[in-house]
Amino acid sequence: MSIRERLSGNEAIATAMRQINPDVFAMFPITPSTEIPQYYAQYVADGRVDTEFICVESEHSSLSACLGAEAAGCRAVTATSSAGLSFMNEVLYVAASSRLPVVLAVACRALTGPININHDYSDSMAERDSGFIQIYAENNQEVYDNYLMAHRIAEHPDVRLPLMVCEDGFITSHAIENIELEEDDAVKKFVGEYHPENYLLKAENPLAVGPYGVSNYYMEARVAQAHAMMNAKQVILDVAADFEKTFGRKYGLFEEYMMEDADIALVIMGSSAGTAKTAVDSLRAQGIKAGLIKVRVFRPFPAEEIAKCLVNAKAVAVMDKSEGFSGCGGPLFAEISGAMINEDKRPKIVDVVFGLGGRDFTVKAALSVYDRLIKIAEGGELGQVYSHLGVRT
Amino acid sequence: MKKASEINESIPWQEMTVGCEIYEPGTSRLTKTGEWRSRTPEWIEEKCKQCVLCAPFCPDSSIPVKDGRRGDFDYDHCKGCGICIKACPFEAIKWREE
Amino acid sequence: MAYNLKNEMNKPERFNAGHRLCAGCGAGIVCRAMMRAVNPEDKAVICNATGCLEVSSFQYPYTAWDDSYIHTAFENASATASGVEAAYRFMKKKGKLGQDQNFKILAIGGDGGTYDIGFQSLSGALERGHDFTYFCYDNNAYMNTGTQRSSATPRFASATTTPAGVESVGKKQVQKDLTQIVVSHGSPYVAQTTMIGNMKDFHEKAHRAIYTEGATFVNVLTPCPRGWQYPAENLLEICKAAVDTCIWPLYEVVEGEYHLTYEPKKKLPVEEFMSKQGRFKHCFAPGNEWTIEAAQEYVDKKWDELLEKCR
Repeated sequence: MSIRERLSGNEAIATAMRQINPDVFAMFPITPSTEIPQYYAQYVADGRVDTEFICVESEHSSLSACLGAEAAGCRAVTATSSAGLSFMNEVLYVAASSRLPVVLAVACRALTGPININHDYSDSMAERDSGFIQIYAENNQEVYDNYLMAHRIAEHPDVRLPLMVCEDGFITSHAIENIELEEDDAVKKFVGEYHPENYLLKAENPLAVGPYGVSNYYMEARVAQAHAMMNAKQVILDVAADFEKTFGRKYGLFEEYMMEDADIALVIMGSSAGTAKTAVDSLRAQGIKAGLIKVRVFRPFPAEEIAKCLVNAKAVAVMDKSEGFSGCGGPLFAEISGAMINEDKRPKIVDVVFGLGGRDFTVKAALSVYDRLIKIAEGGELGQVYSHLGVRT
Repeated sequence: MKKASEINESIPWQEMTVGCEIYEPGTSRLTKTGEWRSRTPEWIEEKCKQCVLCAPFCPDSSIPVKDGRRGDFDYDHCKGCGICIKACPFEAIKWREE
Repeated sequence: MAYNLKNEMNKPERFNAGHRLCAGCGAGIVCRAMMRAVNPEDKAVICNATGCLEVSSFQYPYTAWDDSYIHTAFENASATASGVEAAYRFMKKKGKLGQDQNFKILAIGGDGGTYDIGFQSLSGALERGHDFTYFCYDNNAYMNTGTQRSSATPRFASATTTPAGVESVGKKQVQKDLTQIVVSHGSPYVAQTTMIGNMKDFHEKAHRAIYTEGATFVNVLTPCPRGWQYPAENLLEICKAAVDTCIWPLYEVVEGEYHLTYEPKKKLPVEEFMSKQGRFKHCFAPGNEWTIEAAQEYVDKKWDELLEKCR
C-alpha cells in the first residue's frame, strides 16, 4: 500500500535512501543537496539505518570514499550539487571506468560564475561524458521513484555503471509536494541486496582495481564501458517495467506528451516540463497541435527512440537549461540534432537556452517559444538557431 | 573467473575483465623483468654465511629465502640493480664478468 | 616477539617480482617490508595513490600484490582507504566477515601524493581517525613525471623544475615536515624510518603502526636512483648517510610521546649525504660553499628541536 505524504525532493531522496539502507554513505555538504545527508544523519542518530555514515572533507573525497566502499563490496551512496559535482569530476570518470555502481543524488545547480545557488543543469551536463547514467525527474514523485530504481539499474551485471539521480535544485529539492511513498519492506524487496561477485574484502580471492592500461588494452576497456552504457537502456526499461508492476507508476526513457500528431514540440527536461505541459494544454485547447518530449534518461541518450518520435513534427525547440559555450547551442541541442541527422524527414530544430541560474520559466515564456515554432512550421523564417530566452537586451 | 594468463594484447574487448579487474594474487610474476638487466649479480655460495641481509633489500623479490637460507637469484626477475652486492658483508655477491 | 630477519624472510612474499619499478627503486623494498609487517594470518587492502608505484605494480593484467589492491587517483588514497575501512566496519558489524577474517587497510603514496596533492585527503582521514595506516614512500620529488620538485624536496636539491644554474642553487625552500604535521593531528602512532641495518627499525614501526587502532602514519625516506642521481647499488649507504647526518632522523611518536629510535654515534656532516648524489653536485662548486653551511645549519636546528621533543 502506498503512503500519501508531503515531502520535498531532498526528503524524498533521503527517505528512499533510508528504506534502501545503503551500507556506506560518504557526505559533504553543498547547497541545495545538503539536506539529503542532514536527514540521513538523523536517521543514523535515531538508529533507523545500519549505514556507516562518514563526513569527509570534500566532494572529491566523498566520491573517492564511495569508490573504496563499493569496491570493498558495499553499496555506497552520496549526494552533491554544482561545484561539488565539478570537484568530483575526476573521480566520476574513475567510478565509471572501474565499473563501480555508486549511486549519486544530484540537486542540479548552476556553476560559478558569478556564483549562484539556483537551478540549472550546468553541473550535471558538464558531466555528461563521465560515464555515469543520468536520470532526471520532473517532480518529487519522480525523484523518489528514480531513486528506488537506481541501484538495480547501476548494479545490473550487464551494466555495472555508476548512476546520477538528478533533481532540480530548490525547485524540486526544496519545494514540498504531495508524494506517494512505498512501504519500507516493499522497497527493500524491490531493490534487493547487493552481492558483487568479487570485492576487495572477499576472503576467498583478492581483487585488484584500477590498473595502468597501455594502449593495447585501453581502447578495448573503453569499448566495453561504452557497451555497458548501451546495455543500460534495456535494463532501465526492464527495471521500470518491474517498477510499474510492483508500484503502479510507469516510466520510460522519456515521456511523450501529446506527441502523436504534434506539428510543433519542445524537447525539455526536469521541472520545466511541468510548466511547458500547461502551455501545451492551452495550445491544444485552441486546436494547435503542440506536444512535448521530456527527456528522463540523458545517459544513455535514447537517440533513436526520440528521433522516431520527432520525425513527423514540423518545428522543434530544444530547451537547454545550461549554456554549453559551444558557440552554437547547448548540450541537449547537440544530442537532438545528432539524433535527427540521418532521418530523411525531419523537423526544423532550434535551440533555446533558458532558465540559467534560477531564471524563472513561466507558461507565458513557454508559449512564446511555441509561437515561434508555429511561425517556423508555417514556413516562416527559422531565425536564430541558437538563442537565449528571457534575457535582457 | 578470468585468469591474467588468459589476458593478452590480442584478445577481443569482450574477453577483457570488467573494469580491468584482476582476481588473483601476484600476476606480475608473469612479467620477466630479468630482461631489463644490463649487469648480473652472482651469488658465491661458498662465501655466503646465510645471514640473509641481502634478501630484504632486493626491490624485485628476487632472492628467495626458504627455511632461513637464501637460494640462487631469480634471474627471471632480477633487474641487476646491485643493491644486494653492497648489502652483503661477506663479499658473497659480485658482478658477473661479461 | 623479538625481530628476527630470518623469520621475516621465511614469510611468503606478498609484493611480487615482475613489477615495473626501475632497477634499484627503494619503493620495491618498502612495499615488501610493509607487507611483511602484516601478520600472515591477516589479509590486507592496499589503497595506492597514482605514481611510480601504481603504474609499476598494477599494469593490466599484472598485479604485484598478493592482497586486494585499489588505485583510484593521485590525491585521494586516504579518502579511498576511508571508504574501504567504512566498508570493513560495516561488514564486520553485519557479520559478513567472520571473526577470524581480518583485513588491515593500508594506503601508500609517494611524497607528491602525500605531502602535496593528497595532503587534504590525508588530513581528513587522520582527523576522522579511520583505522588504517598510511605509508609515504618519500623520494623527495615527483619522480613518476621526471623529478619535479615537491614540498618534500630538500633545499638546494636540483629538480627538473628547480634546476641548478648560473642563477640557481636548486630548490629555494626547505622541505615540509610532514611527519610533524601528522603528529599535530593527534594520530596515535606516527613514525619516520628508512632502509637501514637489517630492516628492524622499519619492520617494528610498520608493524606497530598497522596494529595500532586508528589512523597511523609511517614516513619512509625512499631513495630514487634516477632522481637523486646516484648508482643504484648505493641505496643502503645513502639511507645510512641520511640517518647518520640527521637529515632523516629515525623516531616514533606514540600517543604524542616522542622516542628517538636511532641516534648516530657520531653525527656526520651533511656533505656525507649530499656528496653522494648528483642532485646536490652544484653545492660543491666553488662559490656555493654557503649552501652546505646553510643546509647544515637547518639540519642542526631541526635535530636539536627533535632531541628536545624526545627528552
